Amino acid sequence: MILKGYVLPGLPQPLLTPKASPHYQNLRNAFDQVKSEINSLKPDVILVYSTMWPSILGHQIQSRPICRLIHVDEEFHDLGSIPYEFYMDSELAKTCAAKAQVRGLHARTADYEGFPIDTGSVVALKLLDVQTSKIPAVIFSSNIYADRTETVVLGKACLDALKEQNKTAVAVVVTTLSNRLHQSFIDPAEDKIHSLKDQEWNLKILEFFEKGRLEDLAQLSRQIQREARVKKVNNFKPLWWLSSVMGANNKYTGKVLAYESVYGTGSAVVSLTPAAESARDLEFDEDSPEVFAGERNVLSGEGSENQNAMRSIEDNQD
Amino acid sequence: MTSSSSGQIVAGCLAPHPPHLIYAENPPQNKPRSEGGWETLRWGYEVMQKNLDALNYDVLVVMTPHWRTYVGTHLLGLPHFKGISIDPVFPHLFQYNYDLKVDVELSTAISDQIGQAGLPTKLMKNPDFRVDYGTIISCHLVNPLWNKPIVAISTHASAAYFSPDVMQEEALKLGMATRKAILGSGKRAVLLASNSLSHRHFTHEPPLPEDMSFEHITNHSQYLWDMKMIGLMKDGKSKEMVSLIPDFTEQAISETDSGALTWLMSAMDFPKIPAKVHAYGTVIGTGNAVVEWSGI
Ligand SMILES: [Fe+2]
Repeated sequence: MILKGYVLPGLPQPLLTPKASPHYQNLRNAFDQVKSEINSLKPDVILVYSTMWPSILGHQIQSRPICRLIHVDEEFHDLGSIPYEFYMDSELAKTCAAKAQVRGLHARTADYEGFPIDTGSVVALKLLDVQTSKIPAVIFSSNIYADRTETVVLGKACLDALKEQNKTAVAVVVTTLSNRLHQSFIDPAEDKIHSLKDQEWNLKILEFFEKGRLEDLAQLSRQIQREARVKKVNNFKPLWWLSSVMGANNKYTGKVLAYESVYGTGSAVVSLTPAAESARDLEFDEDSPEVFAGERNVLSGEGSENQNAMRSIEDNQD
Repeated sequence: MTSSSSGQIVAGCLAPHPPHLIYAENPPQNKPRSEGGWETLRWGYEVMQKNLDALNYDVLVVMTPHWRTYVGTHLLGLPHFKGISIDPVFPHLFQYNYDLKVDVELSTAISDQIGQAGLPTKLMKNPDFRVDYGTIISCHLVNPLWNKPIVAISTHASAAYFSPDVMQEEALKLGMATRKAILGSGKRAVLLASNSLSHRHFTHEPPLPEDMSFEHITNHSQYLWDMKMIGLMKDGKSKEMVSLIPDFTEQAISETDSGALTWLMSAMDFPKIPAKVHAYGTVIGTGNAVVEWSGI
């Protein structure tokens, strides 16, 4: 069902100003490679889970058949405008929403002319050049109040929908690794990871990716959130979704196609291909829920997740 | 608030921006139609709007939580913006055609003052830029005719990046810079802090979003915090209120994390007169107050 998975960064520099820095150019080259891979795989659809599209009322799923707009990033507006035309697999989007509801999630489609697709999804789909390949996408929001269960269940709902429609897909998460930006204006040529600690964590994460240990990494999400992420949202969720939709195991061939800094963030282009052999499949700590049974309204202890979650609605840079 | 030089901050307002309030009003600019709702807040805004109109102001200066910039404070830097704004969170409620004018001279002056205070700042000069819905909603609710130019100022994520105390320090400086620029501008400005108070949403909405039988505060502790802050506003204790903002931000999950309310109080040099609280109400569980400081 899922032919391949990708982790892609969402800041606009590799799209708009690749030549401003060798870092951005490397990422751009990696995006080009992903584009060719996807074009030869010829999936029916690209599923995109974007950490840069926050939602409150459950998950939102982009379903407008043709999304056409000129996008400008709210932070890096001076780098230029991004006109786009993307095609959504509207039927699959609707089925994903329906399957999510069956599994207890609150989910709905978004089909509005002029809807502002988030910078991360726009950058990823532009660089994959779906405008030319005409491969449709379905974009999923990141629910700011969701934690692991809802995110894993959302992944399963996506699979249900793919199975029912007998479609093949490439799964993309739009996310940075460490997400701390420099907070003063920098010379792009001198872009570097915000801190040594972020750098060390990024390298750890990449080591897991290279060994294909997707589920192991997904199970480390809470720690990654504590160690390498600004606490703008309640948790680091994209790998929960990716692992759920691709299969919660370590049977992957992982490739890090690029790892660079974009304004201080850890921005990596990673591919994961399902493989016969598992790098390592031990017992996982966290279970694999099938349905979401609703909020239990239990306040988490450390890190006060519920509190951090609320702020994220303004923080739509992942 | 007043100044010996020609510029003046004639009023400052807490002007929250739930898109529900626009949806409920059915203005021609907004596509979705409703049967009303959230009257307490909307009627509070109506009173405040009349008060502000009587002040014969030149420009609205709004600080918005929904234009988040991480690298410096950004301000709209072109004279005119037109387009459609769809709230990516509540798209079914807010699809608004805006057409607004910017006081670029004042934007530039504020940006210059921010720079002189040693903080990074940038003017936004991309004509394709989509103005954020916080700016649009707060400005619409105090001036639905859109017959005055605006200045829109972005907010940071310092509360998340560092702590609410760091946010507070930055916002205080931004307030002082804004004040300086306005006093030197010769203009009569109204300032808007576009934020809710407690900010814990419900994650579900009723089939009819404006069904008011579902609307109430998410939990009582949020309510108590909101009342504490509003009480201090009513008592004219703005300095004490500001000193509580870091705790309030953390414990009530408040949208004051944007720094907008701190900025407002700093720009007004901490008014000692009682604030006029025109309304308090909840929107999808969050606490919102419409508050005016004027006549100083
Ligand atoms: Fe807001």
